[in-house]
Amino acid sequence: MTNPNPPSGSPDKEPATEPQAARTALGNTERAESATTPRRPAPDQKPSLGRLFLDNLWAANTFTVTLLSLVLAMIVGAVLMIVSDPEVLATYSYITARPADAFSASWTLVSEAYGNLFKGAVFDPDAVGFTAALSPISETLTYTAPLVFTGLSVALAFRGGLFNIGAQGQATMGVILAALAGFLIPLPAGLHLLVAVLAGALGGAIWGFIPGILKARTGAHEVINTIMLNYIAVYFLTWLIVQNGVQDPNRTDAISRPVDPSAQLPRLLGDNLRVHAGIILAVLATWAVAWLLNRSTLGFELRAVGANPDAARTAGISVTRTYVLVMVFAGVLAGLGGSNMVLGSTASALTPLVVAQIGFDGILVALLGRVKPWGVALAALLFGALQAGGNRMQSYSGISLELVTVLQALIVIFIAAPALVKAIFQLRAARAARLQTSLAKGW
Amino acid sequence: MSTMAVEDVAVAPVDEGFWTRTRKVGAVLLGLGLLAAVLFGALATGEQARFTLSEDSAGAALKINGTFGAILFGIITTAAGAAMLAGLPKRWFTLVLGVGLVAFVLSFLCWQVSAAPAGQNFMPLVNILRGTFILALPLIFGALAGVLCERSGVVNVAIEGQLLMGAFSGALFGSITGNVWVGLVAAAIGGAFISLLLAVFAIRYLVDQVVMGIVLNLLAVGVTGFLYERLMQTDAEKYNSAPRFSSWEIPLLSDIPVLGPALFSGNLFLYLGLLLVLVIHIALFRTRWGLRTRSVGEHPTAADTLGVKVLRLRYRNVLLAGVVAGIGGASYTLALYSFTKNMIGGKGFIALAALIFGRWSPTGALLAALFFGFADQLATYLGAINSVIPSQFLAMLPYLATILAVAGLVGRVRAPAADGKPYIKG
Repeated sequence: MTNPNPPSGSPDKEPATEPQAARTALGNTERAESATTPRRPAPDQKPSLGRLFLDNLWAANTFTVTLLSLVLAMIVGAVLMIVSDPEVLATYSYITARPADAFSASWTLVSEAYGNLFKGAVFDPDAVGFTAALSPISETLTYTAPLVFTGLSVALAFRGGLFNIGAQGQATMGVILAALAGFLIPLPAGLHLLVAVLAGALGGAIWGFIPGILKARTGAHEVINTIMLNYIAVYFLTWLIVQNGVQDPNRTDAISRPVDPSAQLPRLLGDNLRVHAGIILAVLATWAVAWLLNRSTLGFELRAVGANPDAARTAGISVTRTYVLVMVFAGVLAGLGGSNMVLGSTASALTPLVVAQIGFDGILVALLGRVKPWGVALAALLFGALQAGGNRMQSYSGISLELVTVLQALIVIFIAAPALVKAIFQLRAARAARLQTSLAKGW
Repeated sequence: MSTMAVEDVAVAPVDEGFWTRTRKVGAVLLGLGLLAAVLFGALATGEQARFTLSEDSAGAALKINGTFGAILFGIITTAAGAAMLAGLPKRWFTLVLGVGLVAFVLSFLCWQVSAAPAGQNFMPLVNILRGTFILALPLIFGALAGVLCERSGVVNVAIEGQLLMGAFSGALFGSITGNVWVGLVAAAIGGAFISLLLAVFAIRYLVDQVVMGIVLNLLAVGVTGFLYERLMQTDAEKYNSAPRFSSWEIPLLSDIPVLGPALFSGNLFLYLGLLLVLVIHIALFRTRWGLRTRSVGEHPTAADTLGVKVLRLRYRNVLLAGVVAGIGGASYTLALYSFTKNMIGGKGFIALAALIFGRWSPTGALLAALFFGFADQLATYLGAINSVIPSQFLAMLPYLATILAVAGLVGRVRAPAADGKPYIKG
């Protein structure tokens, strides 16, 4: 709701009508809004900026819904922590006799865990020195970079009307080719890095092309094919690692030779902090995707096909060509995310788990970012922060890192159903709260 | 809307000309047969390839010379392919295709078994068959859960999460109470819990069903992994030592050679899984509930007009699917292993593949699940005899097969028309 004024006059004149108007807005928001519009007060009676801000804050806009989803997810997470801690749970057995015990024990457990989450992700007040103070931010950005790429990959495909569940597989192929280029091709420093990064992009592009061409030529649903290709990529990776020339000759377990230093992304803040140039590439990629989507002909065609393929075809856009291109671009992005995992500072050699979950997390990131490029970048930052903070929470509070997965999944569940969040917090309706996921329907 | 577009792009009625689907498949089969006869024949050794009718090398066996067998079965595949190329009547298609593929596999096995290290030139059929069923079991349950959901128009990508939650809650409550039946019920409730989330968000809040499925899988991995580390790892004795269903031998039937020990001396889950395939098949195609379920999945508006409560039926079927998948998850923790983190490890997605490969029908899903289970078991066997075929490539087989199936190379695969589309009464 852009004009939050009560139906008659400014709030200063008739403060008594304010709650009444709010109730009307709650009851039937659409109608209340249209009823409000004609009786809009004169422009000179605009409410103050602060008033507008407060009103908008409690309206169901994107930011508020996201924030409240985070709060809800953390509440559920807290419940999980409490029910899984036998000592705290024991205090609940005599809660009627001494409720303070139960509450203080729960509070200590939860506040300490989330405190560590914050300290690990943003800032630790106890940290002394430059490196220690910047370490949480550095960790957050390190985890953010690959998620930006995979999130953009999924988001781009979404805008083209395709659901790319295959970011995981594309990232896997990306990581394979990037690593192979990183330790098999001897090249001078700068060029080597470039070749390795591009090899990663190529790997992702191939793995995106397959479902794209199958969709365009045979109509095979990309969701099914990308899921299958994810697993094929993983098995290919586990097979490749133990081959001669790839496996580390000094090791018997499944690990490849390390990537040459000349092919590694340079670190930005010295050797003690893990943040590397990948985050800069990620920002560039976000800008490039934003440009592609909003300013280029291809982007226009892509959005047209995503919005309504029949209309796009009627307008003379080649839907099949667009599908293939969308998937190739999505693959390139996911492949770049994969190369981040092995050329950056999280790992320097192939292992079966080198890609971690970045592809699947990318789906969540894309949804959380409302499939808009800069939104995706911010969502990736939030997820990166959760990941970085989760590490500290695990080592300091003994709360398993899996809780972060739970939080991430819950946040997305809540933002995917804004109606639910709206109902829980009795938010007023507003534009832009609906997640645009009605794109990939059915098989 | 987009589904329609897909079909427009895709399977426009092509003028088939000489290259009908039968001929194309025949050409592929011919190629495979020649490959088998020449390559497998050349690589096979003159050793006897023995297929023993027991669990080890002892006892009666089907014997064949390795080279001879590889070439013979390769020629059979070639002949099947040639017959298709020559223009086979349509009703023979499935049979001939089946014979061709089985012969191809046999040719492959003759090569592998004869080329195994000395003293290991045998393949214990009982083991293979039993392993196939054990490995296929979670796939059968998972695919049946998919059938129940998707036939009523709700895409179920959350099979993985349902299996995992079932396995977890079965292990947890089975351990706490020490009662295997309580564990089974808990597993069913665990699977139904994920289903409930899927149903509420997909049906009530109209969230995209594929998105919801993916997110629920992550949620299930997170919740079970978290509770596993907090509870089961700290006190495995108390929380992760569920009692197990023992094997029940069915009298008489278990005395049948090969089939008996493999099929009729299994545990509850094996019988339950096979029974469920039969029950769901009959229920889906022979009862009022089945007719309504299918109508809701194909054309909910029409069903609604006729008085079928679309949303209620969808809720019920999705929950039922969760129960089935939850029990499937328990077939791990209440029969075979104790719970470990992420122990389903992608089986839910193979189950999804089996569902699609089996064309959304219970019996088709069963056959697909058995095929995938066989591929899995074969990978284990080939690993044991130091085969040159990497086990990873065999593990890829289900996924490759599904891609080929969906791309229309093995026949048309069509989902229920309203699959994935939320129904808004209006």
